[in-house]
Amino acid sequence: MAEVTLKDVKKIYTGGVEAVKGVSFEVPDGHFCVMVGPSGCGKSTLLRMIAGVETVSAGEVRIGERVVNDVEPSERDIAMVFQNYALYPHMRVYDNMAYGLRNRKTPKDEIDKRVREAARILEIEQLLDRKPRALSGGQRQRVAMGRAIVRRPAAFLFDEPLSNLDAKLRITTRVEIKKLQKALGTTSVYVTHDQLEAMTLADMLVVMNAGKVEQIGAPLEVYQKPATTFVATFIGAPAMNLLKMSGAEPALLLGNAGIPPEGAIVGIRPEDLELVAAGTKPSEAIALPLTVAAVERVGPESFVYGTLDRGDPIIVRTPGTQAPAPGERAAAIANRANLHVFSADGQRRI
Amino acid sequence: MVENRPFGNIVPHVILWIGIAIVAFPVYLAFVGSTHEPSIIANGQMPLWPGGRFLENYYRTIFIGTSGTTREPVGTMLLNSLVMALVIAGGKIFISILSAYAIVYFRFPLRMSMFWIIFITLMLPVEVRIYPTYKVASDLNMLDSYAGLTLPLVASATATLLFRQFFMTVPDELVEASRIDGAGPFRFFFDTLLPLARTNMAALFVILFIYGWNQYLWPLLITTRDDMQTIVIGIKKMIVTSDALTEWQIVMATAMLAMLPPVAVVIGMQKLFVRGLVETEK
Repeated sequence: MAEVTLKDVKKIYTGGVEAVKGVSFEVPDGHFCVMVGPSGCGKSTLLRMIAGVETVSAGEVRIGERVVNDVEPSERDIAMVFQNYALYPHMRVYDNMAYGLRNRKTPKDEIDKRVREAARILEIEQLLDRKPRALSGGQRQRVAMGRAIVRRPAAFLFDEPLSNLDAKLRITTRVEIKKLQKALGTTSVYVTHDQLEAMTLADMLVVMNAGKVEQIGAPLEVYQKPATTFVATFIGAPAMNLLKMSGAEPALLLGNAGIPPEGAIVGIRPEDLELVAAGTKPSEAIALPLTVAAVERVGPESFVYGTLDRGDPIIVRTPGTQAPAPGERAAAIANRANLHVFSADGQRRI
Repeated sequence: MVENRPFGNIVPHVILWIGIAIVAFPVYLAFVGSTHEPSIIANGQMPLWPGGRFLENYYRTIFIGTSGTTREPVGTMLLNSLVMALVIAGGKIFISILSAYAIVYFRFPLRMSMFWIIFITLMLPVEVRIYPTYKVASDLNMLDSYAGLTLPLVASATATLLFRQFFMTVPDELVEASRIDGAGPFRFFFDTLLPLARTNMAALFVILFIYGWNQYLWPLLITTRDDMQTIVIGIKKMIVTSDALTEWQIVMATAMLAMLPPVAVVIGMQKLFVRGLVETEK
């Protein structure tokens, strides 16, 4: 049990490419931290630096009280679950799980006890004598988890552990990982590019972009108050509508002060919009006239893709029963309280 | 292509059987020759059916040898060849797997230069460097010894290259998982890499064993004593080109015996050999 602390951590590859540009945050003991971002944003590199399989170019990585920058991965008291599971193909499941303990000279009966206990928790007891080759993707994933659990580490590190599973299995495994982490109370750092996975798993969400942290916070907090336009479009699906406005436009639309004269970006989530008949002018909400371009009906809800009269594309989420025909005129209305206003460069929330 | 034409299968079978006959007939003749009295072949009559002196001829070949040119029992030659082939095959695998491991998994100065130097030696087989190699071997007093027979042939760029390519296909995550599991370089090598390379090693062993067994030029140079000669050299020496009589039944028996170990290795390791060449188990 320990907290994981990063202090201005950087990764600079030979050749000068800066993959991680100074990241600082602390994962409190027992918390589930999810690092999310598009591919190439440096999240995996950061995780690998915590694990110790990648060197830290600058800054400080701490696990518990100990600075571990120069500590071997095996001495860091962490366990890692890899995207492709990285099971030893020539070893039985039992040996895969026992290998780390054997290298640590754990007594044989203790190893046996821990492996069987982990196998029981993960329901893979009947697979212990098989080789990884004879397992399905989901079973391999469990074995990889088992290998991490038996170590009883101070922190779990997950590197996109669900991305090789099919959609259905991904959801059930996601729930199980969450339950398991809560039951064990082990500090965890989890990397994913899937915002849904991030939202559902995290106690603490770290949104990254281009080697930098964009926002840190509880998942709902990040969803409700995105700090930048990047976070606004990355978290939530479909992505938030962003309308670039110049000069007095936002002030007109929002009817309040504090909007800079050089313009702003106004964001409205598709789920905060409502589609009404063209020409409706509600008093306390804003109305955006549009022409419907396409409709996606997914059952419980529909996504209406339209073009605003001022030219921007817009997505509106409507109930599954409401489905306007393409070409139809309509208006999207939104409550003023649900608008997100960002500075013109998108880097700041106003 | 899966086709089921009962008559269509006959043509390929006929072709295959003709091919087999062409390859196998000389071997059969050698076997037949090794079971007859010496006088029969010497008279120029080559029978097509085995004679009755199988046991006698092979006993004489293995334990006594020819009475003329080589005077050495073929048993000794077999032993020499076996030692040479085993040490060459084993040594080549041992050295090249270690160098490939160093080149792939360790960062040290001039790593790539080392790799290219090893690679370039592909262009320098024994035949090219025969004089300097002989000089070195003789200066080190390795003439007429197993060390002299094997050591100069024991480094292999081909095998190093093969292992390097194999190691590069092992996922990096496996190395990282090992590091997290507390396995150092030695443990990783023995616990993970060697078991994974098992089939490759077997395939390579088959190829290298036959390579070692068939060596002719180098043993011819390095050995002068009769009790150090290998079976491949022995056969050649038994065939007398001067006026004396060649003991053909012994030559044929020796040829048969010389064929057996490579055949045994190929048959015994066939499964691993094929898997090593086609399958990757990761």
